[in-house]
Amino acid sequence: MAGLTLEDIHKNFGSVVAARDVNLNMPHGRFVCFLGPSGCGKTTLLRLIAGLESPTRGHILLDGKRITGTPAHKRNFGMVFQSLALFPHLSVGENVTYSLRVRHIKKNTRQKRAAELLDLVQLSGFADRHISQLSGGQRQRVAIARALAIDPLLFLLDEPLSALDAKLRESMQLELRLLQQRLGVTTILVTHDQREAMTMADMVVVMGPDNRVRQVGTPLEIYRQPSDTFVADFIGSSNLLQGSCMGAREIKISDQHLVVAEMPAGISDGTSVTVSVRPEDISVLPGAERGDNCLHGTVSFIRDVGSNVEIYLNCNGLQIISQSTPKGRPNVKQGDEATAILPALSCIVLKS
Amino acid sequence: MSKTLRIIFLSLILFLLCGPLIVVSGVSLNAKKRLFFPPEGISLRWYEELLTESSWLIPVQNSLTIAFTSSFIALSIALPLAYFLWRYRVFYARALFTLGISPFILPPVITALGFLSFWVTIGFYGKMGATMISHAIFFVTLPLVTISLGFESIEHEIVEAAQTMGADARTVFRTVIFPMIRPYMISGLAFAFVLSLNEYIVAYMVSGFTVETLPIKIFNSLRYGYTPVMASVAVVFVLLAVIIFGLIGRFGDLPKLLGALSPEEE
Amino acid sequence: MIGEKPKGIRAHLPVAYPALMLGIFFIIPFGIMVAISFFHRQPGGFYIPGFEFTNYKNLYTALFGRTLSFSLFVAGLSAAVCVSLAFPFTYFITRMRRRTQVIWLVFLMSVLSLSEVIIGFAWSLLLSRTAGISNLIVWLGLMDQPKAWYPGFAALLFGICYLAFPYTVLILYPPLSRLDPALPEASQTLGASPLRTFFWVIVGSMRNAIVAAFVMVFVFTLGVYLLPQILGRPQHWTLSVLITDQAIYQTNMPMAASMAIFFMVVSLLLVLITMAIGKGEKIKST
Repeated sequence: MAGLTLEDIHKNFGSVVAARDVNLNMPHGRFVCFLGPSGCGKTTLLRLIAGLESPTRGHILLDGKRITGTPAHKRNFGMVFQSLALFPHLSVGENVTYSLRVRHIKKNTRQKRAAELLDLVQLSGFADRHISQLSGGQRQRVAIARALAIDPLLFLLDEPLSALDAKLRESMQLELRLLQQRLGVTTILVTHDQREAMTMADMVVVMGPDNRVRQVGTPLEIYRQPSDTFVADFIGSSNLLQGSCMGAREIKISDQHLVVAEMPAGISDGTSVTVSVRPEDISVLPGAERGDNCLHGTVSFIRDVGSNVEIYLNCNGLQIISQSTPKGRPNVKQGDEATAILPALSCIVLKS
Repeated sequence: MSKTLRIIFLSLILFLLCGPLIVVSGVSLNAKKRLFFPPEGISLRWYEELLTESSWLIPVQNSLTIAFTSSFIALSIALPLAYFLWRYRVFYARALFTLGISPFILPPVITALGFLSFWVTIGFYGKMGATMISHAIFFVTLPLVTISLGFESIEHEIVEAAQTMGADARTVFRTVIFPMIRPYMISGLAFAFVLSLNEYIVAYMVSGFTVETLPIKIFNSLRYGYTPVMASVAVVFVLLAVIIFGLIGRFGDLPKLLGALSPEEE
Repeated sequence: MIGEKPKGIRAHLPVAYPALMLGIFFIIPFGIMVAISFFHRQPGGFYIPGFEFTNYKNLYTALFGRTLSFSLFVAGLSAAVCVSLAFPFTYFITRMRRRTQVIWLVFLMSVLSLSEVIIGFAWSLLLSRTAGISNLIVWLGLMDQPKAWYPGFAALLFGICYLAFPYTVLILYPPLSRLDPALPEASQTLGASPLRTFFWVIVGSMRNAIVAAFVMVFVFTLGVYLLPQILGRPQHWTLSVLITDQAIYQTNMPMAASMAIFFMVVSLLLVLITMAIGKGEKIKST
């Protein structure tokens, strides 16, 4: 199989399990994000791929060939570390061309390549500067240029943007994505920020607190069709409503009924399920409306952050959050009676 | 109020620390042999004597030779030890490190006596080589501590980054680790050198009667007839230290070498 | 890669040379000294191998006991004085701007380069009648006549503290420079005056470093050999002087060895006790 494959990977450190039963295939040229909360094993997977750790069980294959036993310095991957790990005793140019120096490339060629790489990350002319003279964002770019120096087979990044302030992080996300598209290099980026994953990835691998892979798919697939409650809750925000199955397409939630478009296989009557509905799919109307999937309640809180409006409804003890744009804001205020409308197509049924 | 207290305190300490330095400089420049207050007459004759009299030149030569060789030998022992203890996790790490710092941590007379017993037993007592080796072992602690400090300051991710870029263990050591600990090696060497120049009791016990080092000569001349030349020796040493450490301070990161964090980490 | 267990015997190679050197030139000498302490001393200065406790029994003299206690006392006192002065001093230094710090540090290094004998000599001059500080005080009108303040206990104490001061600063420098500046700031916003902040917060959070520094300086000052002879009277001579005297002038190596071993055991015990007290306090207060 072409691309990078993880086959039955299992890694533990003593009695602590870091990654469990991981099977993945990442085709060439894609931007992959390993996404999950801290401790879920995403960094461990990256380090296994880089060769900095060895799996306890399982294999890593590149285009069908096993590379599990290959040491890190022979894998020809490029990696950006969370702390950046720039060499303090070398200049910017020397840092960037370190991998070329190790491969005994001549000085002239190295200097040319340094200039190319620094142009690529918009740090032209910085070759002779010292690391200590750079800002956080500039160091970031040096680390990126350094990892890409040998045109690596894989470009690996371990939470590279976590140390940057919010605005810089946002612009770097765009830059990284555009860079990857331009170079076409297979990229794996580890992050705990789901917004980051949504922005940059072609393929998202969600890992859960049980150190297993929960779902693999494009950002929108994962957002719209979360495979379980963890993914639904971790990606974006969601209303998660507990209920039980009442027939082919009906869910009973407290004393109300919901009609859903699709019921996953293997759910019989009476089974507990969780229904996930995104706030932006829920509309709120003043007063008490009648109809399918209409939940009555009172407005308990309104959060208006300028770019969007969140309305918190209390429907018989059930909290429903609805989100709308300023233009589509319903005419209700705190304490009013209102109805939340949950369209059948937007209700995703998950096994509890 | 606390600011003035601070200034008074620092000035007092500064004054007390400077006292001997001033006195010693004064004696070395004094025209007469005995020092009186207020001083009378300035002359460089004691410095002249230091540089021309063989009774002083020989001890100077001895001390410099011993200091050079012993500090380098000490470094040669401390470097692989510190590297190994940082690189690997072994059950005997603590024991080995304690062994490395023991010679210096014990009261010097004990270590000196130990060396004496050893060299007498072996039959190498009284030779300069014995002093060199004894000093080397005695001062191993200094480069060991400074180099260990240096290794501590290397982030593990830097080594891993070098690995991902194709460097094998040897290349990592040569291109990344060694340059990063080089300043710590130099400061450890400088400490061992300066301390060896001034060390009395080990040098005295091991070969004091045959190899006269500068401290031995100075103490003898203090006991049996004082001469201001020893003050000029002290002044030269102080100036040497100021130059060496001043250079390190100017071109290197002296606070970091002594254990502070680098400005970015603060 | 770092912190792994070494793979195979060959990986242990780098440490073979240091271990060998330390083994041959430190452990063996030490062992020989321990052995000699049990040897039999012959009149005339030689000693033959044997096993007897005579040398240790001979330690039970008033001279040895007095000298031992005096050595421990003066070392403990100078360590206490040194640490008490060096701690605030080092703290102030670590709060200064980088540039100023470097100047102070280079100054301290130059003080460090003064050997023990030079320090003794300098202080003997400073405390002498004809050229010492007392002349300055007479000139300022605070005293009638210049006095000789050496040899004496105070002179010795002064000299030892001066000698140990730069070392104490160097020992306290790393932990103090890493002290979070937010700590004293927090303390002050909570209402504590600068003086109270210093004692409660700064000294409090540096307790371990202070104990460690005290122990190290104590052991360091235990070893003074020249200063007691230059600045002190014979009753102020420390154990190092006694041991050297036995070894060289009395040519009684076994006796010197037994003294040295005993000395080492006692100082080790005191070090362990001090460290235990330091740890005990920590547990009590948590």
